[in-house]
Amino acid sequence: MRRLPRLVAYASTQVNKLTMELNKLSAHELIGLLNKGDISHLDICNSIIDSVDKKDKSLNAVVNFDRDKVLERAKAQKGLPVFIKDNICVKDELTTCSSNILKGFRPPYNATVIEKLLKANAVLMGKTNMDEFAFGSSTETSCYGTTKNPWDLTRIPGGSSGGSAACVAADSAIWALGSDTGGSVRQPAGLCGVVGLKPTYGRVSRYGLIAFASSLDQIGTLTKDTEDAAILLKMISGHDPMDSTSVDRPVPDYAKLIKKDIKGLKLGIPKEYFIEGMDKEIKQSVLDAIKKLESLGAVCENISLPHTEYAVAVYYLVATAEASSNLARFDGVQYGLRASQVKGVIDMHKKTRGEGFGDEAKRRILLGTFALSSGYYDAYYLRALKVRTLIKKDFEDAFKKYDAIITPTSPTPAFKIGEKTQDPLTMYLCDIFTISANLAGIPGVSVPCGFTKSNLPVGLQILGKAFDEETILRIAYNYEQATDWHKKRLIF
Amino acid sequence: MSINKDTVKYTAALGRIELSEKEIEHFTGQLDKILDYVHKLKKVDVSKLEPTSHVLEMKNVYREDKVKPSLPVDDVMKNAPAREKNLFKVGKIIE
Repeated sequence: MRRLPRLVAYASTQVNKLTMELNKLSAHELIGLLNKGDISHLDICNSIIDSVDKKDKSLNAVVNFDRDKVLERAKAQKGLPVFIKDNICVKDELTTCSSNILKGFRPPYNATVIEKLLKANAVLMGKTNMDEFAFGSSTETSCYGTTKNPWDLTRIPGGSSGGSAACVAADSAIWALGSDTGGSVRQPAGLCGVVGLKPTYGRVSRYGLIAFASSLDQIGTLTKDTEDAAILLKMISGHDPMDSTSVDRPVPDYAKLIKKDIKGLKLGIPKEYFIEGMDKEIKQSVLDAIKKLESLGAVCENISLPHTEYAVAVYYLVATAEASSNLARFDGVQYGLRASQVKGVIDMHKKTRGEGFGDEAKRRILLGTFALSSGYYDAYYLRALKVRTLIKKDFEDAFKKYDAIITPTSPTPAFKIGEKTQDPLTMYLCDIFTISANLAGIPGVSVPCGFTKSNLPVGLQILGKAFDEETILRIAYNYEQATDWHKKRLIF
Repeated sequence: MSINKDTVKYTAALGRIELSEKEIEHFTGQLDKILDYVHKLKKVDVSKLEPTSHVLEMKNVYREDKVKPSLPVDDVMKNAPAREKNLFKVGKIIE
C-alpha cells in the first residue's frame, strides 16, 4: 500500500495542489479520496487531461482524444477515467484498430465491457494506440506511428496494447483496457513496468472487441498495481449472452480475496522459460522474485512444460489462420475504406485490402490463408491444432500439482524502435513466454519485478488455472506488498 | 524452399489482396523463413492427437428464439462507403 493516510490528510488541506498530482495515484487510492469527498472526479479527469497534453506529443500513446468531449462525458459519468484500446467498440467514437482500412469507422454499438464500465460510472477518455489489428509486439505496425516507451523514448513500449501500457506507465491514465491474443497485455505491461492481466478465455465478454483470433482473444487490464487489476477485472467480467464463448460463472470479489497470504501455495518454475540467450538481468530479477515468494511462504519447485518449444510455431499458424478468416470482413462493402478506380467487385475487394492493410496485416493474412488452403490445411493448420492439445495438456498436468506457474514475461527488456521490424520471425519470438497461456486459455498476469542497469522495467509472469484469476492476483499482490518495484515512477 | 512467388500470388488472390511485385518478392522470402521455422512441428507425432480448436469445454450454446429489437438501420448504414436506400451499394457483380 502507498501511504494513503498521509495523502488523505494532505488532500483535505491542500486540495488544489494535490489535484495536479492525482494522475499519479492508483485507482484504489482515488476511490478512497472520492468516497471521502476530498476530491471530485473532475479533478482526476483534469489531471489526466493535463498529463496527456504534456506528454503525449512525445509518447504517441493516445490516438483519439478530445478534451471537450471528455469534460462533456464527465457531466453524466462521475467515476474514474479510463482509456480504451482502439480495437474495442465505443458507440459513435472512432474505433480503427490503428489501421487505415478502418479510418473513420464509428461503431453503432458499445462493446459489452464498455457498457459495464459506463454502468460503473467510468469516464471514457479516449482510444489508445496499438499494433494494427493487434498484429505485433511493439506497436510499430500502427498506422498512427509507433508509441514510445516512457522509460526510454528511443525504445518500443511492447505491443500490441503498447498505447494502453505506456499511458498507465506515464501516469497519463489511471488504468486502461487492452486485449491479449498472444501476450498483447502482459508483454507491454512487463516492458513498461505496470501490471497487465489477461483473464481466462471466457471470463470477459468479447462482444465488441474487433476479432483477431477468436479462440485466443481476451480483453485484459493495464493498471498501476494488482489491487487495481482486481477491481477492474470485477467490473468487466461476467457472462454475456452476446458472446457465446463467455462463461456463466460467478465473479468473485477479487480485491478482497487477493489480500490473503500465500503461505503453502505450490508454485512451479518451468525450466523451458529460462532459455539460452535470454537477458541475464531479466533472469536474475525473476530468480530474485522467486526467492522473495519463497520467503513469503510459497513452495517453489522446478517443473517442465515439455512442449513449450512448439508454442510459437503453433501460435503463428492458429492465430494467422483465424485472423485471415476474421479479416475477410474488411472488403470495402459495409464500412471502412473503399478503393476508387476499380473494375468490378472482386477488383474492389483486392484494391481496398491492398491499400488499406499494412505490411504485417498482409503478411499474417497470407500466412493464415496459406495454412488453411487446400493441400496445406492438414500439414499446417490441423497439425498445429493437434500440437496445441499437447501444450494445453502440459498445463493441465502441471496444475494437478501446482497452484500457479512463475516465469519471466519476456526474454528481453524493451528493444530499440526499428530493431526488429526487418525480420518478422525475430519479432514473433518476443512472445515466446506469453503465447502458451492463450493457446491453453488460462489466465496470466505480469507484475514489475525489477529494472535493468539501464533502467528498463522487468516483468514477472504468473500463470494460473482456468478461472482462477484470484490465485495469480493474490500471489502478485503479496509480492507487491513485499517489494517496491510497482511504485517506481518516472520523472517525466 | 517451402513457398515460392507463384504460391504467394495464388494465396494473395485467395485472400483478395492486391500486392505489388515488390511486395510479392519480400513476402515470399519472409514467409519462406517463417514456414521453415514452423516445420519444427513435423517432429511431433500427431497420429493419436485430437485437435484443439477451442479451449472451453462447451458444446452448442442455445438461446430462446425470440425476436428482440435490432439496431436502427440508419445507424448500421452510416459507415457504408456507398449506400442506396437501405442497401450497401457496390459495383456490377455479373458482367
